[in-house]
Amino acid sequence: MAQTATRTKPATRATKSRRSGSVRGSGGGRFAGESPELLKDYFYEMTLIRRFEERAAQGYTQAKIGGYCHLNLGEEATVVGLMRSLRKSDLLFTNYREHGYAIAKGIEPGRVMAELYGRTTGTSKGWGGSMHMFDVEAGLLGGYGIVGGQIPLATGAALAIDYRGGDQVVMCQMGDGTTNIGAFHEALNIAALWNLPVVFVVINNQLGMGTTVDKSSAEPELYKRAAAYRMHGERVDGNDVLAVRDAAARLVEQARETGRPALLEAVSERLKGHSVVDPGKYRSEESVEQAKQADPVANFRAELIEAGVLDEDVAVEIERKAQAEADAAVAFADDSPHPDPSTLFHYTYATPVANDSRRLPADPVF
Amino acid sequence: MAVITYRQALHDTLRDEMLRDEDVFLIGEEIGVFEGSYKITAGLLKEFGEKRVRDTPIAEEGFVGAAVGAAMLGLRPVVELMTINFSLIALDQIVNHAAKIYGMFGGQTSVPMVLRTPGGGGQQLGATHSQNIELYYAFVPGLKVVAPSTPADAKALLLASIRDNDPVLFLENLALYNTKGEVPDVVEPAEIGKAKVTKQGTDITIIGYSRMAMVAQQVAEKLQADEGINAEVVDLRSLRPLDRETVVESVRKTGCAVIAEDDWLTYGIGAEIAASISDGAFDYLDAPVRRVAAAEVPLPYAKPLERAALPSAESLTTAVHQTLDAVGRRRR
Ligand SMILES: Cc1ncc(C[n+]2csc(CCOP(=O)(O)OP(=O)(O)O)c2C)c(N)n1
Repeated sequence: MAQTATRTKPATRATKSRRSGSVRGSGGGRFAGESPELLKDYFYEMTLIRRFEERAAQGYTQAKIGGYCHLNLGEEATVVGLMRSLRKSDLLFTNYREHGYAIAKGIEPGRVMAELYGRTTGTSKGWGGSMHMFDVEAGLLGGYGIVGGQIPLATGAALAIDYRGGDQVVMCQMGDGTTNIGAFHEALNIAALWNLPVVFVVINNQLGMGTTVDKSSAEPELYKRAAAYRMHGERVDGNDVLAVRDAAARLVEQARETGRPALLEAVSERLKGHSVVDPGKYRSEESVEQAKQADPVANFRAELIEAGVLDEDVAVEIERKAQAEADAAVAFADDSPHPDPSTLFHYTYATPVANDSRRLPADPVF
Repeated sequence: MAVITYRQALHDTLRDEMLRDEDVFLIGEEIGVFEGSYKITAGLLKEFGEKRVRDTPIAEEGFVGAAVGAAMLGLRPVVELMTINFSLIALDQIVNHAAKIYGMFGGQTSVPMVLRTPGGGGQQLGATHSQNIELYYAFVPGLKVVAPSTPADAKALLLASIRDNDPVLFLENLALYNTKGEVPDVVEPAEIGKAKVTKQGTDITIIGYSRMAMVAQQVAEKLQADEGINAEVVDLRSLRPLDRETVVESVRKTGCAVIAEDDWLTYGIGAEIAASISDGAFDYLDAPVRRVAAAEVPLPYAKPLERAALPSAESLTTAVHQTLDAVGRRRR
């Protein structure tokens, strides 16, 4: 199958809008044919995720959130674009960098924050935390903390859909560093062999913790890996919400119709460290500056204003609303109950069994 | 009541369950066209087709993970892992995913899958193909590990495992496939987590599982016939959950115990059983608990070496004699 490179090098939105220039008020150019309401909606959701993540970082430094906390800062355009390519009934598997996906897939931000706070109202009732969110109704079949662990699972979910003759599609999100683990190869090979409806999406933020993509991948143009599985592979600018949405929608619908899997690579930048505690000292000033220039939320805002879709007042109003929703999520989490220790043994086995050990550390065996 | 092999019991159960429930399907290496490395799945591809008997590439992590994902959506995959040695490649999907998904998502989805896999030495297959590493899985909450020793139990436990909503590692043993036993015409699913007293006795308790439960039964019957030693035999059948109560109750009655296991001694399953006996029957013990286990070496290929390394009817008999001698209970 043909390999399409929509672009080989990510250009920042800022340079692009400067280049595209004068769409103000015309409704033409880049936004031609787009519904202004939808564009505002994208802007709202990207901003909401940004504000949510800022509050998550804050909650972490206040020790209200424990464990690891990996944020989607800088990846909002990719997150929103991808999720807008899916139907509600489509299924999503993600890695541990998942808060934005959970929100964009339709889970109440309050429940996402409550999971970070380890409360019973959280997406996993406080059992999962930042890395393990789950919601059947929203079609989020889990965030997974083991690099690459979600890829065979997503393939298996697509197998179940195929087995039952359903029309859902599975999307499997991962980072660039993940493409080098064995599970990636095994799962893509199986998905292609068995014609399973799964779209693998690599978020190429060009860093796996501190290791750059060219230091970890012998072929750093990751979409090209698709060729090894006779799968369609495509690269898209992950800072462009519309480009991501369109590319993903095409691959998702193709998977729905033909059952063929595909590989989409979205190139973007990570604005902050790998997780909240990582100051990112391994990055050059230049690379940090480049990431700032590529900020998809700020650039989308500027573009929308330039094109006359938004004016400053409306933009500020949308931002206030997003801030209020993020704040409300924090309040909801804060007000939610902690799980009761008496529920400790509730979720070891789905089918209860004789002689299941339910000892607490101080209990005698007999 | 028919007398059939352990292999036949497994085959028949898979077939019956596939006929009963459309959601049950088989997945693994060489299970279809090749009819299974140990022929458990013979004829099933022809009968059920490729959708339900799925040959996979040699990609243990990939296809075990795919089975986990399919199970999350409510299918009931029965995975054949060619031998337990290769399950190590899929360890991440088994331990980090299958075992954890129910708990870490707060009980929202379970993983109703079975991992069938044979273990064990004695076939001159060398160090990497002869391991008894069921302990690695029995260690993990969220997994269930069963290890039947007879055709009837193979059937009852496989039925129970396929119908269970949790991931079950179903341990077979290469030495058991051709063994025969009576199987009732109608078999009910066993209760996972229950051991079985397969011979009543008063002099000593012998505890085993899988192949060594079969050996224990043979040894006990011979000791009874030849020497009048009345041993009680406990077949654990399930390694997680572990039925400590049945073991302890038996040892309280007999006052001494020998544990027979095919795995390595140090940190082995016998160690856990011995600790349980110490916890629950210390005051009843007339002699230290003895363990018969494999020698702690990578299993050698050469026949005399391999034979020397594995527990046997002879080594178990010796251990029983030694224990009874220590308490002066051995009749002459
Ligand atoms: C199997 C495994 N090895 C190592 C880790 C530790 N780890 C967590 S995230 C990460 C980097 C992954 O980078 P990438 O796939 O590019 O995703 P990103 O963090 O950029 O979203 C590593 C090494 C892990 N969680 N799992």
